[in-house]
Amino acid sequence: MLGALIIVFREAIEAGLIVGIVLAVTRGVPLAGRYVLGGVATGAAGALVVAAFADRLSRAYAGNGQELFNAAVLALAVGMLAWHNIWMARHGREMAQELSAVGKSVAAGESTLFALASVVGLAILREGAEVALFLYGVLASGETGFDVFFGGLMGLVLGGATSLATFYGLVNIPPRHLFAVTTSLITLLAAGLAAQCVGFLQQAGVITALSDTLWDSSWLLSDKSIPGRVLHTLIGYADQPSGMQVLAWFMTLVVIYGATKLLTPTSSTPARVAA
Amino acid sequence: MTNIKSMALALIAGAIIPGAALAQDSLSLTIKDHKFDPAELRIPADKAATLVVKNLDPTPEEFESKPLRIEKIVPPNSEASFTLRPLKPGRYKFFGEFHEDTARGEIVVE
Repeated sequence: MLGALIIVFREAIEAGLIVGIVLAVTRGVPLAGRYVLGGVATGAAGALVVAAFADRLSRAYAGNGQELFNAAVLALAVGMLAWHNIWMARHGREMAQELSAVGKSVAAGESTLFALASVVGLAILREGAEVALFLYGVLASGETGFDVFFGGLMGLVLGGATSLATFYGLVNIPPRHLFAVTTSLITLLAAGLAAQCVGFLQQAGVITALSDTLWDSSWLLSDKSIPGRVLHTLIGYADQPSGMQVLAWFMTLVVIYGATKLLTPTSSTPARVAA
Repeated sequence: MTNIKSMALALIAGAIIPGAALAQDSLSLTIKDHKFDPAELRIPADKAATLVVKNLDPTPEEFESKPLRIEKIVPPNSEASFTLRPLKPGRYKFFGEFHEDTARGEIVVE
């Protein structure tokens, strides 16, 4: 039961953290809750469809269907997150300087609510399909009891609890810092997802350059452990990344940070990303 | 039949993936009762290879290996194929994430 709980929680934790961050970023925006809930529901429904057609998907594109699907979902999420931050920087100019940090995040939330809700949906789509297949396997095998299935469900509950913990942790940050914190979080989140995307493209053989492992820090912190998994989502930590994954991580940071920096007025710098 | 299939896979991989040699080594293993058979595979160093994983169990498995950079669901009674990049000599572990206590194995590159 505990094993199933850990397997499901490990898959659910990334989506859980993302939901928490998005809830914090969009707090106070009218209809934000409904958008996020819509993202969760759409993602979950999509995950069930993907799980049901897992066999067909894995046979697609000369056996690379799963990899290309995951890479596309991740790339889309990176694009949405980048767009959110860049939008914030560009419109920081138009926003009155006296707007409080909360006011800024509200204004941003209204404009990029759909993008952020999509990020939630995409995260749940990807991880949810794996959870659905695992739970299906538990039920289908018949050899494992109901307690294993129950353990899996508890893993999902813990994933939901992660969302709440992330949300309350973030909204307790003093409002004048909250905006800088969430901007940095979203930039790092995007960089980590970009590195994951590259990992799938390397698995599919689309990218062949720099595919050797750059370092192995699994003895120090495995990214399969729960703390490792949290850092994996939040800052893109990987214990055995390829050279290309590290490059993609850096490039994403540089591009998003550079774009926000370029578009931020020099007099007032509301959208500064903590370097 | 199996050979023809893996040869076809190797051909497809060679056609699609630039730089992949046409005459790749082909490896295959099966998953049965959440265990790998064989649990140890040997391939020569610095040469790309094709790995076919057949899942004979009625349940899905996630075939995963960090050093090989593989993470893929193998549906029940189905198979998945992977192109292994040319590897340096060493031991490359893999496991089934859904049954990690029994589904373990490694590729020995020499």
